Amino acid sequence: MSCNDSLHFQYVVSKDDFTHAGSASSDVKNKLKKMNVDASAVRKVSIAMYEGEINMIIHAYGGTIDVDIYEDRIVMCLKDTGPGIANIEEAMQEGFSTAPADVINLGFGAGMGLPNMRANSDEFNIESEVGVGTTVTMTIYFT
Amino acid sequence: MTIKELIDKNIFTLLNDGENHDVALTGCYCCDLLSIAMGHAPEGCIWITVMNNVNTLAVASLAECGCVVLACDVVADDAFLAKAKEQGITVFRSDLPVFDAALKAYNCL
Repeated sequence: MSCNDSLHFQYVVSKDDFTHAGSASSDVKNKLKKMNVDASAVRKVSIAMYEGEINMIIHAYGGTIDVDIYEDRIVMCLKDTGPGIANIEEAMQEGFSTAPADVINLGFGAGMGLPNMRANSDEFNIESEVGVGTTVTMTIYFT
Repeated sequence: MTIKELIDKNIFTLLNDGENHDVALTGCYCCDLLSIAMGHAPEGCIWITVMNNVNTLAVASLAECGCVVLACDVVADDAFLAKAKEQGITVFRSDLPVFDAALKAYNCL
């Protein structure tokens, strides 16, 4: 496999489906481990993707995660269908959260989702439009 | 200390044997906020928490925690135990508060 060829996987994430939260991240983690990817990179991918998955379950109306695994990196594109983020700068701050009380009772809503995603990514991009949706693209290199 | 050795110490009630006996336990970690734990729980740690929903297990698996201890005698329901079995995660229960449970485990390391 060259640097420009990838293995592609797509996962569908449903709103409020906490029962299956983490299943997409687990699947990707297992794939990377089978490919003998460096353990620290696998951990970064697990954290970043799980946080993204949880964000989509809590805040979005559902969406998809497209994963491309290259020889030297993984690219995860998380795309949801709304409601979008009004102030991305505010949302990126540690501790900022709009999670409702029932979600906080599950142990989420600490305002660490997006900061964790950015901290564990080598390349991080977020675009959002209120009423349309949010797309987060994260790249993590294996070396 | 390995998970098998912690089981054999019999300081906590074993709720699920993840059959990962040889995993080396690296320390103790206390946290109930899952996003904090996801980012900070050390690999191989004994994670002591009162958060007894299935998402705890997803985080434990992804962060590669060594095992989970449910403190304060919180109850693990059937869904939790089924998920622990499915994921191969060793889970204990303790009637001790979080700090005391962690201290007890720490003194065994």
